[in-house]
Amino acid sequence: MEYVIEMLNIRKEFPGIVANDNITLQLKPGEIHALLGENGAGKSTLMNVLFGLYQPEKGEIKVKGKPVRITDPNVANDLGIGMVHQHFMLVDRFTITENIILGKETTKGGKIDIKKAEKDVREISERYGLAVDPQAKISDISVGMQQRVEILKTLYRGAEILIFDEPTAVLTPQEIKELIQILKTLIKEGKSIILITHKLKEIMEVCDRVTVIRKGAGIGTVNVSETNPNELASLMVGREVTFKTDKTESKPQQDVLDIKDLKVKDSRGLGVINNLNLHVKAGEIVGIAGVDGNGQTELIEAITGLRKSESGSIKMNGKEIMNMAPRKVTETGVGHIPQDRHKHGLVLDFPIGENMVLQTYYKSPFSKRGVLSFKEIYSKAKTLIKEFDVRTPSEYTHARALSGGNQQKAIIGREIDRNPDLLIAAQPTRGLDVGAIEYIHKRLIEQRDHGKAVLLISFELDEIMNVSDRIAVIYEGEIVAVVNPKETTEQELGLLMAGSKRKEAGGENHV
Amino acid sequence: MSNRMKNIIVPLVAVLLGVLVGTIIMIATGYNAGAAFIALWNGAFGEIYYSGEVVRQVTPYILAGLAVAFAFRTGLFNIGVEGQLIVGWLAAVWVGVAFDLPKVIHLPLAVLAAAAAGAFWGFIPGLLKAKFKVHEVIVTIMMNYVALHVTNYFIRTVLSDKSDRTEMISESSSLRSPFLEGLTDYSRLHWGILIALTCVFIMWFLLEKTSKGYELRAVGFNQHASEYAGMNVSRNIILSMVISGAFAGLAGAMEGLGTFGYAAIKGGFTGVGFDGIAVALLGGNGPIGIIFAALLFGSLKVGALNMPLEAGVPNELVDIIIALIVFFVAASYMIRIFIDRISKKGVK
Repeated sequence: MEYVIEMLNIRKEFPGIVANDNITLQLKPGEIHALLGENGAGKSTLMNVLFGLYQPEKGEIKVKGKPVRITDPNVANDLGIGMVHQHFMLVDRFTITENIILGKETTKGGKIDIKKAEKDVREISERYGLAVDPQAKISDISVGMQQRVEILKTLYRGAEILIFDEPTAVLTPQEIKELIQILKTLIKEGKSIILITHKLKEIMEVCDRVTVIRKGAGIGTVNVSETNPNELASLMVGREVTFKTDKTESKPQQDVLDIKDLKVKDSRGLGVINNLNLHVKAGEIVGIAGVDGNGQTELIEAITGLRKSESGSIKMNGKEIMNMAPRKVTETGVGHIPQDRHKHGLVLDFPIGENMVLQTYYKSPFSKRGVLSFKEIYSKAKTLIKEFDVRTPSEYTHARALSGGNQQKAIIGREIDRNPDLLIAAQPTRGLDVGAIEYIHKRLIEQRDHGKAVLLISFELDEIMNVSDRIAVIYEGEIVAVVNPKETTEQELGLLMAGSKRKEAGGENHV
Repeated sequence: MSNRMKNIIVPLVAVLLGVLVGTIIMIATGYNAGAAFIALWNGAFGEIYYSGEVVRQVTPYILAGLAVAFAFRTGLFNIGVEGQLIVGWLAAVWVGVAFDLPKVIHLPLAVLAAAAAGAFWGFIPGLLKAKFKVHEVIVTIMMNYVALHVTNYFIRTVLSDKSDRTEMISESSSLRSPFLEGLTDYSRLHWGILIALTCVFIMWFLLEKTSKGYELRAVGFNQHASEYAGMNVSRNIILSMVISGAFAGLAGAMEGLGTFGYAAIKGGFTGVGFDGIAVALLGGNGPIGIIFAALLFGSLKVGALNMPLEAGVPNELVDIIIALIVFFVAASYMIRIFIDRISKKGVK
C-alpha cells in the first residue's frame, strides 16, 4: 500500500467560482503532509471534500487503494479520517471526557458509563503524550488544551488519518512547540497527518512532503527536504516574495499620539494598564511587543474610546481625547485596524460595499440630509476594492463570503483611505498568508512615509522587528522598555516581554 | 435557483402545506373539506362586503407585522406588539372622546397619540435592554399584561363611569368613511389602510435608504462592529423599540378610530399583535412580503367566519391552518432542502 489517501483530480464548483480545479493529493502512510496555499486558495474546500462535507463534481477519492464515496462526515469517521478544526467544536460546559465521547458514548444500562470513558480517555492521552485532566471543564482550560481535546476526539473515534486545519493559528509560541511534539508522537504511533497551513516555518520543521495549491488549482507536490521557504512561498503566491521588508530610515516629526500616566481597569475592575507612557511621532512606526494579555487590547480600547480610562491623559495632535466617544476619537484622525476583524472590523451580513463606509456613512457624499447615496457608496467601494486588491465576486457580495485575507484588505483599505494621522494596527496580519502579509506591511510603511504615525500591536516578534522603527515592550500594563529594532535581538525582546529585565528598565524610567 | 426566488417560493410552499394538512385534519374529523374551502373563499371574496371586511382586517395586520419586522431587522424580538397596540388603541380613543376639534387637527392628533403611546410602551423595554441588558422578550411579554389591565382600569374609571366601554369617539377624529363603506356594501372598511400602506413605505425607506437605517441595521447585525464604528448602540436599541412600538400603536388606532370607534374592557388579548409575529415571519420581514402575508391572514380570519354558516365547519379550523402555516414557515429549512433537491435534479 503506497498511499493511505488519494484524492485524484478533484474538482469542486460553487455558484460563480471553481474552488478546486483538478487537484491531486496523495498521502503516504506515516507522513506529515502539508497542504499549502494562500487564504482563499481552496485548502479548506479540498479538506471538506475529503471529510464528506462537500461532494466533488469530478475526481476520485481512494482510501487505502479502494475507491470510496464520502457522503458525510460519519462516513469519513468510519474510514478512519478525523479532522481537527481551526475553530474548535466543543461544548464549553462539558468536561473534557464528555466532549470526547459526545456521539460515541459507552453506556451501561442506559446510563453513560463515565468511569469507563474517563479510563479510556486517560489511556489514549497517555499513549499519545497528550496530557489532559479528563474531569476539567472546557471553559476552564487554555486554547492549547482545547486543541488537545479536539485531537483526542479524533483518536477516540479511531482515526488513522488526521487532518489539522491551521492548527497553529490560535496558539502561543510555547503551545506551537508542544503541538509539533504531539504531531511527531502521532506519526510514531502509526498515524498519517495532513497539515493545512500557510506558515512556511512549520512546514520546514515537521513536514515530509508538501502539496501546493494556488487559486484553486493544484501546483504540485514537493519533498520538503528538497525545497526551501523561498521556493515554497513563490510556488504558493506565484511570484517572488521577499521576507525582509524594504524600508528607508524613518523621519520622525512631531508627536501625534502622546499618552501620559494612563491607568485603565479591565471588566473585573483590576488594573490592566498601570501608569503607561507612550508617544508616537508622525512619520514613524512604533511596535508594541508583548505576550498576549499584558494590556495590549485594553490600551487600544482606551485610545479609541471603546473603554473608559481611570486617569492620565491621551493626547492626539495635542488635543485631549481620553474618554471621548469612539466617533469623536475617529474624527480627530484615528484609524483602527481591529484585532478581531469578524467581531469589530466588519458587519459580516452587510455587502462588502456597505462595510467600506462603516465610519463615514453619515457624511457627505455618502449621506445627504440623512438619506444614503448608494451610488456614491458603491463607487467608493469599487475604487477601494480595486486599489487594495480585495478579491470578491462583486462589491455587493456579503463580507461573510470573503476569505480572511480579503476581509482584512478591505478593512485596511477603508482605514487607510480615511487618511488618519494615527493608524492603529492590531495584529493586522493574523492568520494571513505571506503574500497578504507582505502587502499589508508595505501599506503600513507607506503610511509612515506619508508622514503618518503608525502604532503596531502584534504577538509575532518577526513582524515587530521587521516593520517597527521603535519597539515599546509592554509587560503587565506598563511600557517596560523602548528599544531600537536594529540594536536589539529576539532574545533580548523575549526577556523583556517576560518581565525578567523589568527592574532595570523600570529603574531607568523613574530617573 | 436564486436566493430571491427561494425567498418567495418557501412561504408559498409553507402556505400550501398548511392548507394540505388542514384538509387532512378536516377529513379526519369528518368534515367536508371542499365545502369548507369554498365557504372560506366566499367568506373572504364572495361578496364585495366581505372583501371590504378583509381589507379592514388586513390594515392592523400590516402595522403589527411592520412593528415585529422592524424590531427584528434591527436585532430585537418585539413580542410586546400586542400590548403596544392596546395602549395605542386607548390613547387614540381617549383623544377621540376628550376633545372637540376640527377634523384636520383632531384626526392626526388622535393617530399620533396612538403612535406615541405605543412608542412609549416600546421605549421601556428598549431602555431596560440598552441600560441593564434585560432581555426584551421577557419585558415585552410582561408589558402586554400591564397594558391589558391598565387600559381596562382606565376605561372603567377615567373614560367612563364604571361602564365596560367608552363613549363613541367624535366624528372629527374618526377614520370611518361613508364613501368606502358605500363602495363595499356597508362593510367597516375605513381610511386606515392608507395609513398602513404609507407606513410600509416609511419602514422600507427608513431602513434601506437612510443613514439612520444603516445604523439600525448595523447594530442589529453586529453590536461590536457598530460600537467600533462610533455608533451609539444603546441609543439605537431604544430608537428601534420606539419605532417598532409606534407602528404597533398605530395598529391600535386602526381599531379604535376605524373599526370600532370606541375602546372596551377586554377579557383577553386581541391577538392582532401576536398574529403580527406570524405576518412578519411569513412575509420574511420585508415590506412587500408583509403586505401579502397580512392579506393572507386577513382573508383567512374574515373568511373563516363564513365556514360554520355555509359548510358547518367550526371557524377554529382556520386558526389551526394559520398555526400550521406558521409552523411550516418556521421549519422552512426543511422546505429549502427539498427545493434544493428538486432544482438539482432538474439541472441534471
